[in-house]
Amino acid sequence: MSVIYLLISISIIVAVLALYAFIRAVKNGQFDDDYTPSVRMLFDDEIKKTENKTNND
Amino acid sequence: MSTQNCFHCGLDIVKKEEIVFDEKSFCCNGCKTVYEIFSLNGLTDYYNFETAPGATPQDIKGKYDFLENEAIVNRLLDFQEDTTNIITLYIPHIHCSSCIWILENLNRLQSGISSSQVNFPDKKTRIIFNAEKVTLKQIVHLLSSIGYEPYISLDNYENQVKSVSRDLIYKVGIAFFCFGNVMLLSFPEYFEVEEFWLDNYKGFFRWLIFALSLPSFLYSASGYYISAYKNLKAGILNIDIPIALGLVVMFVRSTVDIIFGYGQGFFDSLTGLVFFMLLGKLFQQKTYNFLSFERDFKSYFPIAVTKILSDRTEVSVPVYDVVKGDRLLIRNKELIPVDGILISESMAIDYSFVTGEAVPITKVSGDKIYAGGRQTGNVVEMEVISSVSQSYLTQLWSNEVFAKKEDRNYKTITDTISRYFTPMLLLIAFVSFGFWIFIDTNTAFNVFTAVLIVACPCALALSAPFTLGNVLRIMGNRKLYLKNATVIEQMAKINTIVFDKTGTITTNKKSEIVYEGDYIDVKERAFIKSLLRGSNHPLSRRLYDSLPDAHLLPVNHFEEITGKGIQGTINGFFIKMGSASFVGAPPDIMQQTNVHVAINRNYLGKYIFDNQYREGLSMLFENLSPNYELKILSGDNEGEREILEQLLPEGTEFIFNQKPEQKLIYIEQLQLQGKNVMMVGDGLNDAGALAQSNVGISISENVNVFSPACDGILDASQFKKLDYFMKLSKNTVKTIKMSFTLSLLYNVVGLSFAITGKLSPLTAAIIMPLSTITIIGFVTIMSNYYAKIKSK
Repeated sequence: MSVIYLLISISIIVAVLALYAFIRAVKNGQFDDDYTPSVRMLFDDEIKKTENKTNND
Repeated sequence: MSTQNCFHCGLDIVKKEEIVFDEKSFCCNGCKTVYEIFSLNGLTDYYNFETAPGATPQDIKGKYDFLENEAIVNRLLDFQEDTTNIITLYIPHIHCSSCIWILENLNRLQSGISSSQVNFPDKKTRIIFNAEKVTLKQIVHLLSSIGYEPYISLDNYENQVKSVSRDLIYKVGIAFFCFGNVMLLSFPEYFEVEEFWLDNYKGFFRWLIFALSLPSFLYSASGYYISAYKNLKAGILNIDIPIALGLVVMFVRSTVDIIFGYGQGFFDSLTGLVFFMLLGKLFQQKTYNFLSFERDFKSYFPIAVTKILSDRTEVSVPVYDVVKGDRLLIRNKELIPVDGILISESMAIDYSFVTGEAVPITKVSGDKIYAGGRQTGNVVEMEVISSVSQSYLTQLWSNEVFAKKEDRNYKTITDTISRYFTPMLLLIAFVSFGFWIFIDTNTAFNVFTAVLIVACPCALALSAPFTLGNVLRIMGNRKLYLKNATVIEQMAKINTIVFDKTGTITTNKKSEIVYEGDYIDVKERAFIKSLLRGSNHPLSRRLYDSLPDAHLLPVNHFEEITGKGIQGTINGFFIKMGSASFVGAPPDIMQQTNVHVAINRNYLGKYIFDNQYREGLSMLFENLSPNYELKILSGDNEGEREILEQLLPEGTEFIFNQKPEQKLIYIEQLQLQGKNVMMVGDGLNDAGALAQSNVGISISENVNVFSPACDGILDASQFKKLDYFMKLSKNTVKTIKMSFTLSLLYNVVGLSFAITGKLSPLTAAIIMPLSTITIIGFVTIMSNYYAKIKSK
């Protein structure tokens, strides 16, 4: 049963890693603007379409 | 797509001015040019994301010449190394996804720009460019030419790097981490099955929980201890004191519990509590980053001005470098940055923002002109007589009375309640301790701590933040942007509303012009319009724009006599327009703004310029008058008194001819009479009154442009809904009070467990989140309900 020590330590380490990732993301300013990226990700397809169009012309 | 609206900017097209290009119709050449630029560069996708997203580019010739000055550019840049430069520009027009798209594709319009990134909430664009290939001035010109003119003011020049405080987000993150893990590890013991392995590993689980709750207790909750300590020292019993007390007692008791093996302690409730309370704080902290409520004259003033050197060459100099004796060139629509003397023959200055006077003032050569006015008309030259910091307007701003709001401490509704709550709580704790001590010492201590734990006013502390945070968002969606949540509470207490006149209850956009006098036929109107065309006087311009289209005729012997009027000969008719004495009309009795007309020395009549009142003004005052004392406080003359008296309900008080300082003193006197005053204003002339009042609301035609320091900015289109906002704020406070009652009920239930000594960790772990969630749910539903029913 002492495997529980191992399992719980692993789970805590995973959680700590997630927390670390979160703190780093905040520090990098990823949470400063929570709107623009959501719009930006929709643009990629559109741009390709335009490029195709200009190539065909 | 409708043919009536411009394909680029969406404005109505005047049929005669319609420009058709590429099978699309545009309202003006500017819009067409932007479309051309985009289509040439394969960027017409811009129009696919939103319909008519654009803005008409403004004429900016010479406006950004100061960007050639390297010293200024260096101060504006965020970063500079070799050829890589980074600049962040504030672009007020950013409003939709098309804007983001085009601004992030700037590199396709201009080589030298390597990339650009938009921050939509802040309305800012960060541009990385190669300084060898493109200059900042070229970038600004490019942006302006596609309708995205950046706003660069003296504020940018001071360029203090604002550090963003992300403390709260860290705290919430850590609190959530602790809460989740502690909850998970506490779970096995909730069921308390007498099982071999559970007993075996109890110690391990408990100490792990203890360790995990430390960051939450010590770091995340630290704000509460600091606030409680500060308030205790100041002798104020605010809500943070019972919270801090509850947290500390909870932690100590739980630690004692696990040391002596009494039980698992209340660490799960503790971490949950900290997390929920921080969440409430985060929710309340809605800020409108793109608006600034603390603006002073710096964001109104230009960075640089055009100086004329002795050899007549023009250079751009930073506005702070202007000294007495300099000669400056002021273009149309430019701000006069310093006090000075007019050198050019004449000019018209629009002081409406500073003094509240609606009609531009005409000055002639040699007159003293004050900083803050906006030049309208041709380019003029002036001589500086005082530096920026010594000018009238800047001195007014630095005046102490204009900046004393900060030290006023407002007592929130939560603070008021906790003044009674805290002593009551301590009383109950000690009474029950005193009762149990005679029965069982151990239980007595248990009960004492349990009371403090369960009564920890988590739900109470959450009521206000969640309600206010929610209402703040609702109001924001309806275009009233408040500085912070406390303003809503203050709004609910208002009993006197003071309105400014010019720009607040009147709109600057269109003045109604009425003709009074003998009949004027089409031919005569064409004469008048032709004559007006030659004049740059603001009244002439406005009258010219308002007259219907006519066939324009050449004017002979045109003459403009400053301060009097204009005259000229058309087809042999001699036409005179201007002031009564100039035209030979009977003197004006009513204090109105008039332009008189005479043809061949026959007096015909006059054009009366009316201030246009905002839509729904009478209705608004009608709705407000039963509950509020209403006053009009104006910097303008009494010309409008009669019209206003007719328009507004009885009992509305009018005070005219008020200087900025007088307005402030007036508000102060009302407050001394024990009134809670709301000031609604717009210009710099109201700045003092806005700061002095309990709630200062600034009306703005365009919320992105400058407005004076205030507690809230209301979009001018929503002006008529002011009574709705007032009602909503009152209902908000009602909601908070209701949820206080609800959370006190929870406390009573919890206390009944605690006093009888039956509070188990499991009960606490159920009651606390349950009360929190129901309270949050209740206030959200209630505030949304109130927001809806009254909006009809």
